Amino acid sequence: MVGAVTNGPATSGVGPAPVAFDDAMRSYEPVLGLETHVELGTASKMFCSCATAFGAAPNTQVCPVCLALPGSLPVVNGAAVESAIRLGLALNCSVASWCRFARKNYFYPDMPKNYQISQYDEPLCSDGYLDVTVDTPEGPREFRVEIERVHMEEDTGKTAHMGGATGRIHGAEYSIVDYNRAGIPLLEIVTKPIEHTGELAPQVARAYVAELRDLVRSLGISDVRMEQGSLRCDVNVSLMPRGGTEWGTRSETKNVNSLRSVERAVRSEIERQAGVLNSGGRVVQETRHFQENTGTSVPGRSKEEAQDYRYFPDPDLVPVAPSAEWVEELRATLPELPAAKRARIKAEWSLSDEELRDLVNADAIELVAATVEAGAPPADARKWWLNELSRRATETEVELADLPITPEQVARVVALVAEGALTNKLARQVVDGVLNGEGDPDTVVEARGLKVVSDDSALGAAVDEAIAGDPDAAEKVRNGKVAAAGALVGAVMRATRGQADAGRARALILERLGVQ
Amino acid sequence: MSAITRDEVAHLARLSRLALHEDELDQLAAQLDEIISAVAKVQEVAQGDIPPTSHALPLTNVYRPDETHQGLTPDQALAGAPAVEDQRFRVPQILGEEE
Repeated sequence: MVGAVTNGPATSGVGPAPVAFDDAMRSYEPVLGLETHVELGTASKMFCSCATAFGAAPNTQVCPVCLALPGSLPVVNGAAVESAIRLGLALNCSVASWCRFARKNYFYPDMPKNYQISQYDEPLCSDGYLDVTVDTPEGPREFRVEIERVHMEEDTGKTAHMGGATGRIHGAEYSIVDYNRAGIPLLEIVTKPIEHTGELAPQVARAYVAELRDLVRSLGISDVRMEQGSLRCDVNVSLMPRGGTEWGTRSETKNVNSLRSVERAVRSEIERQAGVLNSGGRVVQETRHFQENTGTSVPGRSKEEAQDYRYFPDPDLVPVAPSAEWVEELRATLPELPAAKRARIKAEWSLSDEELRDLVNADAIELVAATVEAGAPPADARKWWLNELSRRATETEVELADLPITPEQVARVVALVAEGALTNKLARQVVDGVLNGEGDPDTVVEARGLKVVSDDSALGAAVDEAIAGDPDAAEKVRNGKVAAAGALVGAVMRATRGQADAGRARALILERLGVQ
Repeated sequence: MSAITRDEVAHLARLSRLALHEDELDQLAAQLDEIISAVAKVQEVAQGDIPPTSHALPLTNVYRPDETHQGLTPDQALAGAPAVEDQRFRVPQILGEEE
């Protein structure tokens, strides 16, 4: 996809000043490409039986195969092939009836074999699409992102660079490697060039990755936790003059590991390339690394050409040839996909475009749907996830889905409020307890003694005490100054440590004082 | 015509992060050329009617169940490592200053 403009000096690292996004958009049309890696949630690795648990002590999930010791041989994990086919089908791809693994040769210590087992010209799945929706001032707009391929490969080990000032590879004196991750099954999903997005390019890129993540999650083939690296994204961007037909030279930005970063990476790369082109320079085809702290990228090592990887079919592995019957069996296991689910939920819960958008933007739709399935009314489920829990997630800087509370637990809290066993205020305390790891809602209610004091004898005693304790207020109420009852209600709430139903307490006070 | 040039050997050496002397490039180019020419003899018998093969056995779909087995202990895994730090393989500087 390279149609390079060849005049002008090459510019990469320290280039001309970037151009403001809106100005860049007046002169250029971006073309995007996204390569996304999804780490599968299989129990064992792609080609050996080592465990794949995240966060294990270094080099405790390794064996002769993933350490490339002499004489070891890889054998394909059938569950990983199954996951790859299911994702391909969910992305409307065709599934190859015969394909092979290939060796991608390179010399870098993150793979002890000096090659990575991948797929080259025979991907398992190809030619699909994923529809994504982007909000615009004129309302939601749909884009079809075409999928080039979905192929299987293995993840690499984790390197840490030591002795340098920054912890980065540049200037490091040596590196240390943990091979626990080496050999974990990966799917690489590659889009075709995405054109005609104009100034919506950053949002389209983000919406695509979000939709892909939800799709993968709905298939149950990966936990897709971007912060743990189980979904990683490389973003290709090139610019061509508006009205032009020849694509510019693209850069590839790696290390883009959150939805927000995807959007920022596209935007900053458009601004950078526009700066280079406006000053008469030319964009260099290169790999860049996204910097989370600045939202911009820096050039990485010069990219090896595909021919430098000297791909060839891996002679240690036999071809993968899924039968049509197997593919159809797997097609039958596909769940309701996120787009269909959104449409259904919108109709069933009678949501407006805005209400649906809020749910989608808060990344709450699956959580709310699960809470509804657990018995909560949709309105209550939405209220908890969008208000209280979204606030907690923001405060603790975690994704909503990563809060330590389950949809079932939220549904239980909703039920306790509906029964009158909890007030909204108490319910928030119960949620506090659950988030603190104190157990299920009922356990927290019990342990913290959080129960609405609703039986009238206990409440009545508290009311009598409050009246006896504040004769002035009581007298005012008797004389018709009903507002004075607030002080008495406050006393009752204090006496019951906030567990009384304030409305009920007020009614009892007025009744006792002869005001109806 | 030689099958492999001196420039190709230099290129492969760079990809492999190997520092070769000028005389080693000449020597290796000549040796690799001989090896590749010998292997290329296969092409004389395998004409267009014989499809290339990537495996010695006519098998497909050999899969393993998704089950875990204990592999090596870290001590075993690291036993052959030239250097170890923090239970990890310690390797020399990866990129030189020029990169």
